Amino acid sequence: MSTFSKEGYLDMELMRFTTAGSVDDGKSTLIGRLLYDSKQIFEDQLEAIERTSQQRGFEHVDLSLLVDGLKAEREQGITIDVAYRYFATPKRKFIIADTPGHIQYTRNMVTGASNANAALVLVDVRKGVVEQTIRHSFIASLLQIPHLIICVNKMDLVDYNEKEFDRVAAQFRQVSSKLDIQDIHFVPISALKGDNVVDKSDNMSWYQGPTLMYLLEHMHISSDENHIDCRFPVQYVIRPQQQEFHDYRGYAGRISSGIFKPGDRVKVLPNGETAAIRSIELDGDSIEEAYSPMSVTITLDREIDISRGDMIVRENNTPNTIQEFDIMLCWMNAESLRQGGKYVIRHTTREARCLVKDIRYKVDINTLHRNENDKEITMNDIARISIKTTQPLFADPYRKNRHTGSVILIDESSNETVGAGMIV
Amino acid sequence: MILYHLNHLRELEAEALYVIREAASQFERPVLLFSGGKDSIVLTHLARKAFHPARIPFPLLHIDTGHNFPETIAFRDRLAEKTGATMLVRYVQDSIDQGRAKEEKGVNASRNLLQTVTLLDALEELKVDAAMGGARRDEEKARAKERFFSHRDEFGQWDPKNQRPELWMLLNGRKNMGEHFRVFPLSNWTEMDIWMYIALEKIEIPELYFSHRRMIINRSGTLLAASDYLTLKEDEKPEEMTVRFRTIGDMTCTGAVPSPASSLEEIIDEVSTSTTTERGTRADDKRSETAMEDRKKAGYF
Repeated sequence: MSTFSKEGYLDMELMRFTTAGSVDDGKSTLIGRLLYDSKQIFEDQLEAIERTSQQRGFEHVDLSLLVDGLKAEREQGITIDVAYRYFATPKRKFIIADTPGHIQYTRNMVTGASNANAALVLVDVRKGVVEQTIRHSFIASLLQIPHLIICVNKMDLVDYNEKEFDRVAAQFRQVSSKLDIQDIHFVPISALKGDNVVDKSDNMSWYQGPTLMYLLEHMHISSDENHIDCRFPVQYVIRPQQQEFHDYRGYAGRISSGIFKPGDRVKVLPNGETAAIRSIELDGDSIEEAYSPMSVTITLDREIDISRGDMIVRENNTPNTIQEFDIMLCWMNAESLRQGGKYVIRHTTREARCLVKDIRYKVDINTLHRNENDKEITMNDIARISIKTTQPLFADPYRKNRHTGSVILIDESSNETVGAGMIV
Repeated sequence: MILYHLNHLRELEAEALYVIREAASQFERPVLLFSGGKDSIVLTHLARKAFHPARIPFPLLHIDTGHNFPETIAFRDRLAEKTGATMLVRYVQDSIDQGRAKEEKGVNASRNLLQTVTLLDALEELKVDAAMGGARRDEEKARAKERFFSHRDEFGQWDPKNQRPELWMLLNGRKNMGEHFRVFPLSNWTEMDIWMYIALEKIEIPELYFSHRRMIINRSGTLLAASDYLTLKEDEKPEEMTVRFRTIGDMTCTGAVPSPASSLEEIIDEVSTSTTTERGTRADDKRSETAMEDRKKAGYF
């Protein structure tokens, strides 16, 4: 932290990644190591884990204690859902969505993956690619996480043997050939000993690639956003009840994708009216170019009836207006999905109701096999379903646009979020 | 393409503005919980930005323990005037007088826990369905698992085992009668982000954050401000020191740090080289390892 510079701090990129792994493959140790070696651990935190390590009779300071969770979790020996951790290097600020590896795993990893630039998947080199590895990678591909890093861990337990690493990497390549992942990296590490996590290992001179931290710091993420298709879901209409701003109508929201400029010809959905952008502003400052993920306020050159849930797009590049469509669904509730059931559906800033018309198939996420006969969709299942909505949605396929291609389903009586869907 | 990339602080700002606007859209009677601390000051600044040129479309609510620093109260009143926002104040003293809350006794007595009673009563009285707060996930491990939209049952309680999954930025604020939400737009900010943003946006903060001379009681390493609210142990004697506060809560449980930092730049330098966590100065967190988790479950901020 001695290299801290204010100018540098204002020039950092934000990178979100998710970590996944099964019990005992060293995920907590790896996160503890990243935090510790990047000097994000404060003295009072370190003293606390030193004390606990000693009390528990460990030989070394157990870095995994740094990510030790709630009392409720320790009592039951499980991790409850996603925990978020933060660290920064002079290059980037990182947000880790740390997801547990037990039964509720799919629900949690999907949650953590939904906003991630990268996924870290841990593989124990001695065990190689196991069912969980396939599951993790499938979810990363389903959620279209742009980058995947396979951390082949516990290299210290196989004498840092290159052949063992190659074997696991080859195994994984076989699996990934069936998946849709753009960018895959393999790093041989020992989270426990620190090899190739932050510092380059002296024990694996055969490995010429970057350390995990180098990858995280240098991976190209600025093209992860869609800067082509202009989509602006209207979130809130600003109408000041003040004399001075009598005729002011500002459409506030967050840009999903594309680049908007004052003067652009735009179309408003669903009414189809067109206008030109008069100004794009935030707090009185005008913005010359607005792009994802900025939050701004747009004003138009003529008065159009626009409310929350409408979408402002470019005249010549419009999303699909859909009412009957298929989604890949991850089910997240103890109560099963009801075929023919009705749910609330949320898409961008729009809310409607939907009817489940058909369950097409369920995916066995351990073998990636599609089962068209199994219609029982329970917690953590992934399925392709057909739905019909009460109102049209302005959407793009999830593969093209994560923001305008995603939906959640909400149970009408419990109000719980029960499903996450990706528009096919 | 680097041209079209926001730096991390502007991305956090955009995310917070989105969450604040979402709360204003999805709820009928939201409030912003204002504590006088830097996080809630930043939150108020963001709320103002989110709706400019209109005024903030919801009131600010301050739970006044009666043990606040006088500087905090003066700052609060000035801020309300400047932003034109409605500032509602509810008093812990009233809860005590009504027999709803019981004052703690002894040298470590604090009104920190009592705030929860006054807060929940105020939310009920004002029929609040969403209370926005400046809590950050990096502050404490119980907060690391919070949602942007955090559901509370009809008793105002948090159930960490039964939280709604939060995907993409699709926030689900649907609820049954009597339930409410806590909303945390600054979830992904760290202490350093807050300070850098204060400097970047030139946000005014209370003098307490800057180095000043003050009478201090050193209670087993925690430097507490001498005040009428603090009961002294026998061997304790106030001494004058040059200090500042890293967090601001009640006078009885907020520890100062010895510091010469008298400008934002100096504070940022200090924070960047600090070797202890921010809440390390808070006596309320030191009561037990799970102090925050327990208070949160009961309906604390």
